[in-house]
Amino acid sequence: MTTAPRPVFVNIGERTNVTGSAKFRKLVAAGDYGAALVVARQQVEAGAQVIDVNMDEGLLDSQAAMTTFLNLIAGEPDIARVPIMVDSSKWEVIEAGLKCVQGRCIVNSISLKEGEEKFIRQARTCLRYGAAVVVMAFDEQGQADVADRKVEICTRAYRILTEQVGFPPEDIIFDPNIFAVATGIEEHNGYALDFIEGTRRIRESLPHAHVSGGVSNVSFSFRGNEPVRRAMHAVFLYHAIAAGMDMGIVNAGDLPVYSEIDPELRDAVEDVILNRRPDSTERLVDLAPKYKGDKGAVRVVDLKWRDQPVAARLAHALVHGVSEFIVEDTEAARLTVERPLHVIEGPLMDGMNVVGDLFGAGKMFLPQVVKSARVMKQAVGYLMPFMEAEKAGQPRSFAGKILLATVKGDVHDIGKSIVGVVLQCNNYEVIDLGVMVPADRILDAAVEQKVDVVGLSGLITPSLDEMVFVASEMERRGIDLPLLIGGATTSRTHTAVKIEPAFSGSTIYVADASRGVGVVSGLLSPTEGVKARAAVREEYVKIREQFAKGREQKARVSLTQARENRYRTDFAAHPPKAPSFLGTRAFNNYDLASLARVIDWTPFFASWELVGRYPAIFEDDVVGEAAKSLFADARPMLDRIVQEGLFQASGVVGFWPANSENDDIVLYTDETRTTELTRLHTLRQQMQKSDGKPNLALSDFIAPVGGPPDYIGAFAVTAGHGETKLSLGYKQAGDDYSAILSTALADRLAEAFAEALHARVRHELWGYAPNEALPLEDLLAEKYQGIRPAPGYPAQPDHTEKATLFRLLDAEAATGMVLTESFAMFPGASVSGLYFAHPEAHYFGVGKIDRDQTSDYARRKGWEIKTAERWLSPILNYEPSR
Amino acid sequence: MNRADRITVLRAAARSRILILDGAAGSMIQQHKLSEADFRGERFKDHPSPLQGDNDLLCVTRPDVIAGLHDAYLAAGADIISTNTFNSTWISQADYGLEAAVKDINACAAKLARTAADAWSAKTPDKPRYVAGCIGPLNRTLSISPDVNDPSKRAVTFDEVYDAYREQALVLHAGGVDMFLVETIFDTLNAKAAIKAILDLEDDGLEPLPIWVSGTITDRSGRTLSGQTVEAFWNSIRHARPLAVGLNCALGAELMRPHVAELSRIADCMVSAYPNAGLPNAFGEYEEEPHETACQLEEWATSGLVNILGGCCGTTPDHIRHIAESVAGKPPRRVPTRPTAMRLSGLEPFEMA
Repeated sequence: MTTAPRPVFVNIGERTNVTGSAKFRKLVAAGDYGAALVVARQQVEAGAQVIDVNMDEGLLDSQAAMTTFLNLIAGEPDIARVPIMVDSSKWEVIEAGLKCVQGRCIVNSISLKEGEEKFIRQARTCLRYGAAVVVMAFDEQGQADVADRKVEICTRAYRILTEQVGFPPEDIIFDPNIFAVATGIEEHNGYALDFIEGTRRIRESLPHAHVSGGVSNVSFSFRGNEPVRRAMHAVFLYHAIAAGMDMGIVNAGDLPVYSEIDPELRDAVEDVILNRRPDSTERLVDLAPKYKGDKGAVRVVDLKWRDQPVAARLAHALVHGVSEFIVEDTEAARLTVERPLHVIEGPLMDGMNVVGDLFGAGKMFLPQVVKSARVMKQAVGYLMPFMEAEKAGQPRSFAGKILLATVKGDVHDIGKSIVGVVLQCNNYEVIDLGVMVPADRILDAAVEQKVDVVGLSGLITPSLDEMVFVASEMERRGIDLPLLIGGATTSRTHTAVKIEPAFSGSTIYVADASRGVGVVSGLLSPTEGVKARAAVREEYVKIREQFAKGREQKARVSLTQARENRYRTDFAAHPPKAPSFLGTRAFNNYDLASLARVIDWTPFFASWELVGRYPAIFEDDVVGEAAKSLFADARPMLDRIVQEGLFQASGVVGFWPANSENDDIVLYTDETRTTELTRLHTLRQQMQKSDGKPNLALSDFIAPVGGPPDYIGAFAVTAGHGETKLSLGYKQAGDDYSAILSTALADRLAEAFAEALHARVRHELWGYAPNEALPLEDLLAEKYQGIRPAPGYPAQPDHTEKATLFRLLDAEAATGMVLTESFAMFPGASVSGLYFAHPEAHYFGVGKIDRDQTSDYARRKGWEIKTAERWLSPILNYEPSR
Repeated sequence: MNRADRITVLRAAARSRILILDGAAGSMIQQHKLSEADFRGERFKDHPSPLQGDNDLLCVTRPDVIAGLHDAYLAAGADIISTNTFNSTWISQADYGLEAAVKDINACAAKLARTAADAWSAKTPDKPRYVAGCIGPLNRTLSISPDVNDPSKRAVTFDEVYDAYREQALVLHAGGVDMFLVETIFDTLNAKAAIKAILDLEDDGLEPLPIWVSGTITDRSGRTLSGQTVEAFWNSIRHARPLAVGLNCALGAELMRPHVAELSRIADCMVSAYPNAGLPNAFGEYEEEPHETACQLEEWATSGLVNILGGCCGTTPDHIRHIAESVAGKPPRRVPTRPTAMRLSGLEPFEMA
């Protein structure tokens, strides 16, 4: 299974299904296809990435209805732009559908229900029409209910499809059957968990195949209580997606955000979904009426957020996609700020950041984000006349004409829209071509509209290549306009190394929205323009040189040689010791006062560019006074944080039986060491070593399979809960200094937490050094036994291993920490890592690696080589082929 | 050399150089200033409706003309010639009332092309010549309604299109073509019917032949007539596991280039392109000179965009000669491998790893 940057989840529109939507069924039955098309269009607008079309209704001529409806869709470009899922239990209806669709669609579904021969014939037909297939976990014996049966049937179907039919595995979507839970029948209680478990195993063992399902089945027994049903869907999806479910037929625009479900309801629902207690059904049944409510009661609860300050209201409206009050709130916010622009830059941007974080953490889905963006646009739209009015009285002459576009293949336009708005506010004329704009359309428009600057935006990594392509097209067509590059995935180095060389005009990286105006005004300035362009060009030459230097190929040994020269830890001299417990243990609301006492202050000063060891730094001739004054501000703030509990520290520690296998560390579910729980991947040094020095990998510090039984530990801690709120309070009060100070203190507390917990691990939790007694400075110098290396650091530079770590620890549930799509931890003041106990375990840097290791690592991770090269790009000892 | 061997040699040759396809037939046929009587020949002299303009029929009634144009393109350096069967399906021939002649037209067309190619293979054994069985787009389309008042209506059914293509493919296969060229696709659903008809030949026990698929971007919008982007089009026809995918017709080289570049980046098979000789002037004539076309295509080759080049409307043997000479010795595009992902499409592409 590939480790996706964030859980991918494709939602399939379910409303054009006569079995699922009474409204749609009535429209089709009445022959009102015009209104039926509106249903399809609404789904696409709401963010459905595929639409499911089902006409299985006894009283309909399903085949004719399917043909008519799909033919009509073909004439509606705003619907037909997405792929169709042709859904029927009747093969003739499916085939009729396939005959109407020019795009590559999905057949839903085929199965082994009527034996292999029919299954193979239908699959082969799908292959010749060019369609992906949904395969139901259904065989001659019936529908799979428990996880083992689901896996067994899907595995058999997978084998047949890939080995006998030649079906591409990536075009297989399994539907392992979502059944209703909490029906009152005891055997049904495990159905959701069976699906989740089945999904996990299918995704692990059947490469490239996908898993989908009809989510609403799970809550069938709560018909009539929509709030509870929606909560069940959200909780179910949250766990199923984590297990690898990557598609689903859902009304996703209608789902609550997992983390915002009332905790009482969420716990009760989670008990049911995960079958955590025998009485969970009764408890949810008891609780459900409370949430059902009549319309009036629901509204009272719903509107509580209206009592909050305006910034919080705007954030709420954005996160929940509520546009009802947005104009009113925007106006209220406008009256509180100096310029209308500040509403955008302040509360609206803050709200959109929350949306971005929730999405990055897999807690919001695309349609919800689309709704958020819509609310944002309404707010900005309301502010536009005010911003225009600010410019009234001036003659309408623009400072310049800027063309903006999100490149082909990328749909993110929030950041770019904000850049556009900010530019407009600064009197630039902005032509925004929108999203997914192909190169030739950008460049045709640039020429036709005689713009001064072209700006490209992109959020996802493939956009980087597309930007290079646009630059090369500008070069080929001789379009000499400044080219701005922006968006989350872009970087100065990428711009300098990949984009700028493709284009002889000016190419400039814009780090964030706030810099857009500065960069553009510099470029277009009649006096400074030439200088500004030259300066950037010079800077990029330097970046390229540095980059090339870093790339100089150094002599590497082969991976095989490196493995032969591995570090041979002496496990006989120091046999591994079993930890005091196996599995995980959470530490919530850890005592901040005890952490404050063991803070390592030296890095705190370094973060303010004051260099020197604490406490000697106070005596330093140069920075002594500054350090003292900083410390004088920091101490009272720290005391206040501790006394008032402004931050909360949460952590989790876990231990597992483990043995190494080459460069992997195999973790077992229990002490019998028969079932593999998961596998940590490590990277090995490939530099030429002399004097018998070894080529290290972290796996060397764990006893190999067949050797003595060994163990590994892991942890994740944060002290950052509450930090955002505090620093935001300061920021809003205009006190940036205190804001930065509070952030820096949170970082220190998190580090102190990691150290404190490591000490407890050594002394009691693992207990391999119960009698350790070292003074604080030795502790800070890490002169103790064992190490705690973190993914993303020199000993294991691959950030994606954090995903395994978080999964093992269930860190999100235990600590509220989440990983962003690029595997950064949120809150920012967080630390995670592995524990190695052996006295010979030590820190090192992997250095640059060669192709052989990249491909070996890719194989172990279940990645394409290209994926590995992307994640490992900072440590490649070679230039990957394109 | 039998057909299987020829295909192996073709694939090997494609790895070391850019292959050349022939150019337009229409412009060559026009030069002969043929009359109604020429089109009718002896066989159709009493046919009830006019036949002038049914160029495919000349395979039966004026085989010398068609053999001559094949020979001219082979002499100009074409590796591959396509049969003169662009409209040789019962659906398209219904315009002339010639549904019953379709089998004969295709059989004669395949024979003429095969004979011409084999003669040149014998003349230049180091450069074997190949025949592509041309399967055109039809005059009726499956994705677009002919009636503005009834958008669900279609002038033809999938089953009819399938049947028409199947009949054509069976005869071309028997006539010895080396591959099928499903071309000038402006409605992908028509092409999918053709692909299915060809893939289904395997069920008749016929030797599978390579499929080459060439779509048409109709204007600057960058889309096919039926509305798909290039990538959506590619996703829709990849299941043919084509020998090559490409673009032809509608555009000259200049306007076609971005779309070829796009295809070149995404297709994990060979990429072909055979543009028109520029855009037609006010009289519907193509004016782009051979060296002008060749100069642009040479840049495509230099940029590593293509594996097969040729010409469409308005091109002549002279164009093909210029193209062949200007790309000789240039390495072909390297076929990329792409990450495994489910790739679907509507009018726009959809990808999911």
